Formats: sequence, C-alpha cells, structure tokens
Amino acid sequence: MELIWEGVTEALHLIFSGDAYVYEVTLTSLTVSGSATAIALVIGLGIASLLAFRPPPGRTLALSAFNAGMALPPVAVGLIVAVLLWRTGPLGQLHLLYTPAAIVVAQAVIATPVVTALSTAALQSLPSRLRLQIMALGASRLQATWLLFREARLSLLAAAMAGFGAAISEVGATIMVGGNIKGSTRTLTSAIVLEGQQGDFETAMAFSIILLALIFVVILTFTIVQQRRPQS
Amino acid sequence: MSQPILAIRDVVVERAGRAILEIETLEILSGEVLAIVGPNGAGKSTLLLVLALLECPARGDVLFGGEPARRGDLKLRRRLAMVFQEPLLLDATVEANVRSGLALRGVHRAEQKRRAALWLERFAISHLAGRSARTLSGGEAQRTSLSRALVLEPDVLLLDEPFAALDQPTRATLIDDLDAILGQTGAATVLVTHDREEALRLGDRLGVLMGGRLRQIGDPSEIFAAPVDEDVAAFVGVETILSGRIRSQEGGLAAVSVGEHTVEAASDEPVGADVLVCLRPEDIVLAPRDEDDRPTSARNRLPGVVRRVLPSGPHARVELDAGFTVIALVTKQSLEELSLAPGSAVVASFKATAVHLIPHRRAAT
Repeated sequence: MELIWEGVTEALHLIFSGDAYVYEVTLTSLTVSGSATAIALVIGLGIASLLAFRPPPGRTLALSAFNAGMALPPVAVGLIVAVLLWRTGPLGQLHLLYTPAAIVVAQAVIATPVVTALSTAALQSLPSRLRLQIMALGASRLQATWLLFREARLSLLAAAMAGFGAAISEVGATIMVGGNIKGSTRTLTSAIVLEGQQGDFETAMAFSIILLALIFVVILTFTIVQQRRPQS
Repeated sequence: MSQPILAIRDVVVERAGRAILEIETLEILSGEVLAIVGPNGAGKSTLLLVLALLECPARGDVLFGGEPARRGDLKLRRRLAMVFQEPLLLDATVEANVRSGLALRGVHRAEQKRRAALWLERFAISHLAGRSARTLSGGEAQRTSLSRALVLEPDVLLLDEPFAALDQPTRATLIDDLDAILGQTGAATVLVTHDREEALRLGDRLGVLMGGRLRQIGDPSEIFAAPVDEDVAAFVGVETILSGRIRSQEGGLAAVSVGEHTVEAASDEPVGADVLVCLRPEDIVLAPRDEDDRPTSARNRLPGVVRRVLPSGPHARVELDAGFTVIALVTKQSLEELSLAPGSAVVASFKATAVHLIPHRRAAT
C-alpha cells in the first residue's frame, strides 16, 4: 500500500511540478496511440462497412480472421513489424524503425482487428432494411454510410474505445519497434518498464497512475460523445 | 389518369440463379394509386425495390417518364419515396426524422422545418415533434414514417405493407387519413399488401402478384368479379371453386354440370368447355329446406346440409355439403334466426350473374 501511496504522491508531484520528461512521455503516448487509433478507425470502419453492407464471398472467414486478430500477441506483432522495417527488410528504405511512426504502425496493426470486428458486429446489429430505407430517402452512398454510422454510434464508439485501449496499453511491440529512446520513442508503458527494471518503483508507479488517468480522461470524452442524444 | 410516370419492361430478378420476379410490363400512371396484392413471398417487396431503383434486375428495364433509369441514379431516386412495413426511424426526434430526407437533399434548414411542420400537422403528430422516435407507439411511428416520405413531395410514393404491423383500430384510422392525404397530393402511389381490404380501400387499380408473376391487373371490381385463374380467385376471396363442363348455352346463360348438379351461369363460354365455377361466399343465400318454396330471381338452388359453422368477425362462414363444398357468409343474426347448426338441411341459392366461370385452360396456368 505504501508503494501505491508514494506512487500517487510522486505522480501528483511530477504532474504539478511541470516535469518536462513526464509531459514529453505522456505527449508521445497520446500522439502515437491517438494516431494508431485513427488509422485503425479509418481502416476498420471501411472494412466493417464492406463486411456488413456488401458482404463479399468468404465474409465468415474474413470475420473469423478479424475476431481472432483481437487476440493478436503484441510481441509477435512487434517482431513482424520490426523485421519488415529492419534496414534490410522489405520496408527498410522507409527508415521508420526506432521512430514514433514505427510504434504507430505496430499499434495500428494491433488495434485494427479490434475496431474491425466490433464495428462489423455493431453495423450488422442495425435493422436489416435500414440501409435500404435511408437510400430510399434519397441518400447518396456516402450519406447513407454516415447515417448508418450515426445509428450505430453507441457500439462504434465502444469499438473506438477498445481500439484506443489496445493501442495505449501496449508495450511489447512498442519497445521492439520503437527502441524506448528517451526524447523520441519513449511512451508511458515503455517508461514504466524501464523505471521498474531500474528499481525506481515510485516513478514507475507514478507513470502507471498517469497512464491510468490519461486512459480515463480519453475514455470519458468518448463516453460523453457516445451518450449524447442526437437532435438532428 | 394520364401517362405512365414509372414503368417496368421484361424485368427478371434472380436469387441464387432462380427467378423470383418476372414481369413483362407494369405501368404506374400519374396520380393513380396502384395496389399490388399477393400472398407472402409473392415478390411484392422485391417489385417495390426494383421500382425504387434499389434492386438491380438481372434483365429488363425500369422506365422513369419513359426513359430507362439506371439503378442507383441519385437524381431519379430523389423523385421517389418509399415507406417500409417497419417504420425504420432514425434515432432522433420525430421532427428530425421527418426532415431527414430534405436534409439529405440540402434543403435550407428553415424550409426543412416549415415543410416538416406542415406534414406533422397533416398526420396529426405535431404534438410529438420533439419526442424521441424511439419512444413512439407503432401507429405514431408509421405516421412519422409516412410524413417523412410525403414531405419530399415525391413523384411516386412506394408503400410496402405500411399497415401490416399495426393493430386493427390504428390501421383503420391511418388508412382513412392516408386515403384523404393521397387524394390531396396526387402523387402516383404503389401500395403492396397482402390485405385485400386495404387494397380495395386505397387502390384505383389493382394488380395480383403471385409466384413472382403479375397474374392480373385492372379495375378492382373487375378483378374481384372476374378473376382470371383459380389462384387469383382464391386470393381475392372466392371460396367456392368447382370444376365443371358447359352442358348447354342459350342466350348468354350457360348450364354447367358440376358433379350431379347443374349450375346456371351468365356466360358465353361454349358448350363442352371445361370451366371452374367460382362463387363468393357473400353471394350465397341460405334458407331452411322446408321454407324454400317462394319464387325468386335466383337461378340456382342447391340442397345441402350444414357441415360446419365458423365465426368470422361479425359474421359466420357456413360450410355446406351439397355434393361438393359450398361456403356461404351470413350474419350472426341470420345464423340465430335460421337456427343454422351442423346437420341443418338448407338450400343455397345464388343468381346466375353471381357465378364467375374461368375457362380451364387459364385455370391450369
């Protein structure tokens, strides 16, 4: 208990003393995980629309793959992304390894199946003829898709929250492709690992508390948007 | 009535390689209400989706104003509106739902609100404008759905069994209101339903769709009086359908052998023709056999025995054994006054003009 209490105290001290290191690590976490979630949403919602409204042959197989993807081992993802981005790898010329962009790629790979699988289920749960009704009101395909997303927003925002949660809480792949470089690729999760390994449990606990608070604030924002009733 | 605003030619819709809708020609005239009736699975909803340019036929054309229309043509789709059996309202207020189609067309918000208010009033749901659509009763939701379609002032309104999910009193009131509103708007309307009463109440013309084919189309009274085949006859309420052969023909009065009896029918069918004899239950008059000695204009009198009496709303269906089965519809008062019960000996009489004959070659199609 003492360790937790000291961690809370240290966390408050770090936050309110304006510690540049803490703010930098927090900002990096928010930036890379936010970007990864945005990418996962774009790809995931696109695939979910296709699977839900214009089912291609083999939809069940594809859905099974995305459902299984929700349990992707982050370390395995990190290894594969690292191999792809390695200097001699197929994407080595992009020089992304050990950059924040590499972490974005790895976290997007982890979050995309989560967003896709949950979004597909959300869109499939809409009334089967709602899309036809919206089209019959004179909607273009884009307008119809937007209205259907709005109708499924409760579940779609839950999918977005799950995707963000998977991204920001990830550590194995982050360290493998980011290298945990201070001032560049160090995130809250990789900082917790580092401080813990170095025996500075107070700082590790402080970072953990900051991470939990950050997750809570972001999810709270999503939830407020989710629960708001549309007026038009 | 005027020119066809919407038409289909040689349309075939397939599912899994099987044709589920095959229609050579169907025209919807400006200002008319065309009611398409048919049993469940007849292809009625598919027909509406084709007309709404939301279903692509495997073959054939949809013509809008005489010109072929492409499936999904947004400009043409916006001249149509469709209401489904389920109201399928958006998760928003009633007013926002009614405005939704206008918003999709980019109509200015003030104009959206003005037109929505007008239609909310016409469907007597102005008091619900600010309510969430998720809290409406079935009748209120369907009124909202109809307002949402009609506010678009469509050239053609497509109605897919819009009253099917409503209870009887709600349905009756809504049908009355819609009938009056359609009379005012003058929008060409296609109503598909499995309910004959609805079709008769609202339709200027009637089409019977069965097994994916349009079996008959025309004036409702013509179809109900002279169905072209046995299936249509059964669907439009002919409950007694008997096989017979024309035995004699004299001045438009045919004598038809039906089992051991002879039925006289007002018909020009030739001697020797095999026919189906169709009788509507409401055209048959029952009298106790011992009191059936008064002369009447009814040419046909068949002695029989009551086999069953089945309640049918405010009336009763009486099933007779007259050597073949004959169904008569009587009021409950008549049932009591005549003491009709299983085993009662009665005479079923009907006029020759109440008999509709279907040549057997068509009955077999």
